[in-house]
Amino acid sequence: MRNAFAEVITDLAKTDNRIVLLSGDIGNKLFDKFKEVDPGRFYNCGIAEANMMSMAAGLSLSGLRAIVYTIAPFTTTRCFEQIRIDVCYHNAPVIIVGTGSGLSYADLGPTHHSLEDLAILRTLPGMRVIAPCDAEELKLALKQALEGDTPVYIRIGKKGEPKIHNDLTSFQIGKAITVREGKDLAIISAGTIMPEALAAADLLFESGISAEVVSMHTIKPMDTTYLQQAAGRFKLLVTVEEHGLIGGLGGAVAEWRSLQNISVPHLSFGTPDEFMHEIGSQEYARDKYGLVANNIASKITERFKSL
Amino acid sequence: MTLIDDIQQKTRVLRARIIETSHRASMPHLGSCLSCVDILATLYFSVLKLDTTNPRSSDRDRFILSKGHGAPALFQVLAMRGFYPEEWLDNYGEDGGIFAEHPPTPDYLAGIEAATGSLGHGMPMGVGMALASRITKEAYNVYALLSDGECNEGSIWEAAMLAGGKKISNLCVIIDFNKWQATDRSQDVMALDPLADKWKAFGWNTIEVDGHNIDQLLEAFGQFPAENGKPTAIIAHTVKGKGVSFMEDDNNWHYRIPNAEEVERSKIELGIK
Repeated sequence: MRNAFAEVITDLAKTDNRIVLLSGDIGNKLFDKFKEVDPGRFYNCGIAEANMMSMAAGLSLSGLRAIVYTIAPFTTTRCFEQIRIDVCYHNAPVIIVGTGSGLSYADLGPTHHSLEDLAILRTLPGMRVIAPCDAEELKLALKQALEGDTPVYIRIGKKGEPKIHNDLTSFQIGKAITVREGKDLAIISAGTIMPEALAAADLLFESGISAEVVSMHTIKPMDTTYLQQAAGRFKLLVTVEEHGLIGGLGGAVAEWRSLQNISVPHLSFGTPDEFMHEIGSQEYARDKYGLVANNIASKITERFKSL
Repeated sequence: MTLIDDIQQKTRVLRARIIETSHRASMPHLGSCLSCVDILATLYFSVLKLDTTNPRSSDRDRFILSKGHGAPALFQVLAMRGFYPEEWLDNYGEDGGIFAEHPPTPDYLAGIEAATGSLGHGMPMGVGMALASRITKEAYNVYALLSDGECNEGSIWEAAMLAGGKKISNLCVIIDFNKWQATDRSQDVMALDPLADKWKAFGWNTIEVDGHNIDQLLEAFGQFPAENGKPTAIIAHTVKGKGVSFMEDDNNWHYRIPNAEEVERSKIELGIK
């Protein structure tokens, strides 16, 4: 996904000379082609994320479009006040890109996990929060973010994430995409955990439960039109994200349900309120926290049968 | 009247207005405002390339009050410079207004480039604005006024290292070095000295001046931008509460609000009726 980011931002920079790419000393060789387009619009800002974020705001308040790129926790929680004040309070159209979403860097330990970013950035006035499920969504989200003029956070994976969409022609920030249609319940997924959601739907189908699978790539503003009609059509809403259970996609859906007095049951999959004190691959970590198709399908089946 | 005499006369009027406003609207940070008045007046009445009829013109010089708590001084200077009528300041501190302790965002008041107040943000934003001119080919300079206490913030030194490394020569930082921060001598809180040497070590040209001497300030600004391509840091030695004998170097005036009698005594000292 990070290769897709580098490719698409390089392409966009060829025709949009407002684009300035700031990197927090990561992506060795990743941006060589971008630098060939215009070396004067790429800056390695060093391991100094607070300054990088303020600089991005300054650039974006001067007619340019700064894109900040580093590992998700360092471009979000590390410099949260800079995002809050310099970017959001000024409504500076900075695009913040966090790579290595969720447990992508599970083996690097919790310093490199990002399981709070969606929750935290969602609280900021004017901030749009996007977690594309694959490279296709990422490309279109970036293009659309550049067409707008407000702050955007885009949370992406690392590399090798499977392609979900074959031919995605229509993409709109804030509008969910139905990946698979179903009749009994909806699995609403955000980000690169999508393959597990789809595999869970396959398992459910085998046991006679028809699950719709939706990419809720935009956590804010959330597609409440979809949620509203899904609540009318289905017996159960399921949210799946590689993020803490507090405040992310599941949290946002729970807030919406409560405020709208929606009675349809909601089952939320995410990570618990803890740091992971052991080392393992992303697959290991996902399995540990039940973010795998088998567990998702069996928990859904159990809940669905109890309704 | 010479330029220096004119600026000095303006600073007396500005000081009186700042003190009166502090009393009327219960605005703190009086000492911090009085220590930077001469720097602000020199910038706005001689140095900055501005057009008050087109305050957002793309080639304007940018001034950022990184020490946002000096806003009561900046608001008076901007009004006197003609960005908005001085009468606007009559509702200072009133509910629903714009004028309080810190600058609003640029969309809410002409002349403001950054909404500061949390220290350590303005100057790094200025680094981005200065770098933008290199990309957009618009010729302008960026000035950021910092407090010595603000130099506690790590983000200032991140920005200093980047601007020095990338040789952002159209960036000028002025440090209002009044030797105090909110609750203590700045040198006793952290190892601030030698302040000029620190900036020099980060790749900046450094100039030390008496921050109340208009002549010295003008000369320092005249050396910017430097021909060697480095950004410039002007270490302005100042006195907190400058201009009023019973406020000078007394850190109680960081938060204290003057009473009516103190306002009158101040105005007499400043020669303002």
